[in-house]
Amino acid sequence: MEQVDFSLVNWSRAQFALTAMYHYLFVPLTLGLSFIIAFMETHYVRTGDPEWKRITKFWMTLFAINFAIGVATGLILEFEFGTNWSNYSWFVGDIFGAPLAIEGIMAFFLESTFFAVMFFGWNKVSKKFHLISTWLVAIGSNLSALWILVANAWMQHPAGMKFNPDTARNEMANFWEVLFSPVAINKFFHTVTSAYVLSSVFVIGVSAWFLLKHREILFAKKSIIVASVFGLFASFLIIITGDGSARNMAKYQPMKFAAMENIYTGQQNAPLAVIGFLQKSHADTLINKQDFTFKVEIPSLLSIMAFQDASAYVPGIDDIVNGNKQHNIMSYKERSEKGKVSIMSLAEYNNAKKAGNDSIANAALAKFEDNYAHFGYGYYANRDVNELVPNIPLTFYSFRIMVGLGLHFIALFIVILILTRKNKIENKRFILYTALWSIPLAYIASELGWVVAEVGRQPWVIQDILPTIAAVSQINTASVQITFWIFFIIFSGLLIAEIKIMASQIKKGPETESK
Amino acid sequence: MFETFQYITLQQYWWIIVSLLGAFLVFLMFVQGGQTIIYTLGKSEDERTILVNLLGRKWEITFTTLVTFGGAFFASFPLFYSTSFGGAYWVWMLILIAFVVQAVSYEYRKKPNNLFGHRFYEILLYVNGLLGTILIGTAVATFFTGSQFSVNKMNLTLLTGNKMPIISEWTGVAHGLEAAFNIQNLALGLTVFFLARVLATLYFMNRVNNTEIIYRIKKQLLFNAIPFVIFFLTFTIWLMLSKGFAVNPATKEVFLEPYKYLHNLIAMPIVAALFVVGVALVLLGIILPIMCFEKCHTKGIWASGIGTILTVFSLFLLAGFNNTAYYPSTYNLQSSLTIENSSSSLYTLKIMSYVSLLVPIVIAYTWYAWRSIDSKKIDIEEIKTESHVY
Repeated sequence: MEQVDFSLVNWSRAQFALTAMYHYLFVPLTLGLSFIIAFMETHYVRTGDPEWKRITKFWMTLFAINFAIGVATGLILEFEFGTNWSNYSWFVGDIFGAPLAIEGIMAFFLESTFFAVMFFGWNKVSKKFHLISTWLVAIGSNLSALWILVANAWMQHPAGMKFNPDTARNEMANFWEVLFSPVAINKFFHTVTSAYVLSSVFVIGVSAWFLLKHREILFAKKSIIVASVFGLFASFLIIITGDGSARNMAKYQPMKFAAMENIYTGQQNAPLAVIGFLQKSHADTLINKQDFTFKVEIPSLLSIMAFQDASAYVPGIDDIVNGNKQHNIMSYKERSEKGKVSIMSLAEYNNAKKAGNDSIANAALAKFEDNYAHFGYGYYANRDVNELVPNIPLTFYSFRIMVGLGLHFIALFIVILILTRKNKIENKRFILYTALWSIPLAYIASELGWVVAEVGRQPWVIQDILPTIAAVSQINTASVQITFWIFFIIFSGLLIAEIKIMASQIKKGPETESK
Repeated sequence: MFETFQYITLQQYWWIIVSLLGAFLVFLMFVQGGQTIIYTLGKSEDERTILVNLLGRKWEITFTTLVTFGGAFFASFPLFYSTSFGGAYWVWMLILIAFVVQAVSYEYRKKPNNLFGHRFYEILLYVNGLLGTILIGTAVATFFTGSQFSVNKMNLTLLTGNKMPIISEWTGVAHGLEAAFNIQNLALGLTVFFLARVLATLYFMNRVNNTEIIYRIKKQLLFNAIPFVIFFLTFTIWLMLSKGFAVNPATKEVFLEPYKYLHNLIAMPIVAALFVVGVALVLLGIILPIMCFEKCHTKGIWASGIGTILTVFSLFLLAGFNNTAYYPSTYNLQSSLTIENSSSSLYTLKIMSYVSLLVPIVIAYTWYAWRSIDSKKIDIEEIKTESHVY
């Protein structure tokens, strides 16, 4: 494997990143707005107040515009696992395929069937049936998120499986371990609650625009109250699940954690750099090492965050790459040697089985299993192990901007809720403008969350088991480049169209007559 | 319940489920067929609005079936996913692109300020209808004609030399597009295209309340039924007369067997019955509105729809059952995929089988929801009362 086609690997990664990032521009609004609409319609059905029906219908129109492009971008992602990552599809398809199929059967049909009732059933079905349909769309959307996030969490922390040397793949051994892995549970709640925050910011921002224009005052205030309560509730859950994410990361993906915090040398009582600026030292030969040029730290907080213990040792990038015997950390070089033994033993096992030599096969199998935890590192046996270090500045800054924006949204929800309840919001133009301009910030925070999760785990497609260089399909690079640019053009065109249509519908405002 | 099932039984059960999903997908592609005749049937803006809205209220179910078909194939036969999607890259990418552009077109078509104008989105719908049907038909035809690839799972252990550790290697020159230049594949592609248009005309007959459109639909039904029958017969006759990819049940060796698919039909009388009844129902659905339009024009979609599902289902069973390689390799016969060598593990198939028990519930609520909103035929007045219009 001396000749890895890096341009193919990188273009395949770029294409996946492009489609995932475009897809995630639309998903969070679907996840959160569906619930906000369901709350609003529930209020309409309970009170019979036609104003709530008007409010529900307005947000529903925006929901539909966003939903369509979310569906379009999502289709590509499912199939890209096969088209661009064919080795991956076989190597872990036995586990990874199941959540995708369950997502289709359990969530997509629910979503798409009741979506039709939600939009075309106003005059055809009873109020209660319509309301149930709206709730089912919300539940369907969020169920879909559950299954795809279970799949993603499994890539970050593979659980509930066993490698079968006869089929050369990982096979599911315990479905419940896959579904209820701590990483999966935490990831689901962290992601959907962040989507609820984005949706709340969106509703508040759009409502703020109406207040700035002195239009639809009652509509805007009612929408703000629903969204800010929902957003505040979601924000508190984000803090809890964010804390869980950090602990899971420190435990299962220490390199990602070290990169996110830019800790080069591990330490006890590790401080958290709340703010920091990084610069690469020219004297340094290590490709990924970054120095702090400025930082504001809170002592011991990182140790607490990672291990709930102020004196806990947090390993740094150097410890993980070069090993640290005192803290029982094996170097990457050692791991890649063990990984190579594992890979070679698999080949030996297979040859011995073919030749009918059971004793050699059994010995090779034992050696393979002893070293399987390092399997993926074997592909780096003849390579520079620094390739196993992710992009530090991107991970570091993304995390800080995401957290900073999250705190900004909490403050916004509290301030805007209080001002609306006190009936003073209309005159607070600065707050209203802040709310309006927070809409793009919510999208930035949302995307950056995925940058931390996905860039930070590079080069692993499956943590420690399968790197990108061994997962990619064998296609010529030019084909991937062409499809990359086709998707870029299509998605960008559709995104611009979507924004224009959204803006136009918002300017139009809710229908004046309720039907 | 599934705990006692043998591995081969579950593999066959999942092939049946995938086949059923494929069959429903082909039936639901009446949406794609309809998208290619919007301008043929609708001469005024109002008429086109009726047609687009009729299709627009169903497009998502076709889309969802496609996604679930992909997910179910991945979960139950991951080696197919890995080999075909990673190899026949361009065919699948073009199919995906065709469906991506469809997803937004209904929603954006009539919205003000939609950047490209409504004609643009109608063109996208046409592209989806044309490419989506022909390419899916072409791709499915390779289940019988074969593709050029090799599979070696131990390639994973390649750590030295110039080769990357790729399990499935595609040797077809155009990464899947070569399939579209094979006459037999193209015959099935065009069969699916014209069948989708036939089903669309029958669907419109059942749902449209507009005499001008209905008059044009009658003509279009015949115009599309003739090429459909010609291409279908071409493909079927060729299929029955050609060599097929048989598997020796004892040694698992793949070899070419003359008249294999005809033999499969004879060896599996239930499949043969499904095929014959399916074809008869498709034809009945076409003939009914032609012979007794006044009384029968709403019934054609039921006969042809059920017929399509039965026919496509039986074709999938012909491809995968009775010791047949369902995804054959013409480059290296022994790399051909069978339901045994490409499936998920026993444990995963059991888990997935429990999940499959949800399918009847899905069908039941879909049926109930559709009936709730589709109780009356559609005309422009009905659409004008709606707050959500495509």
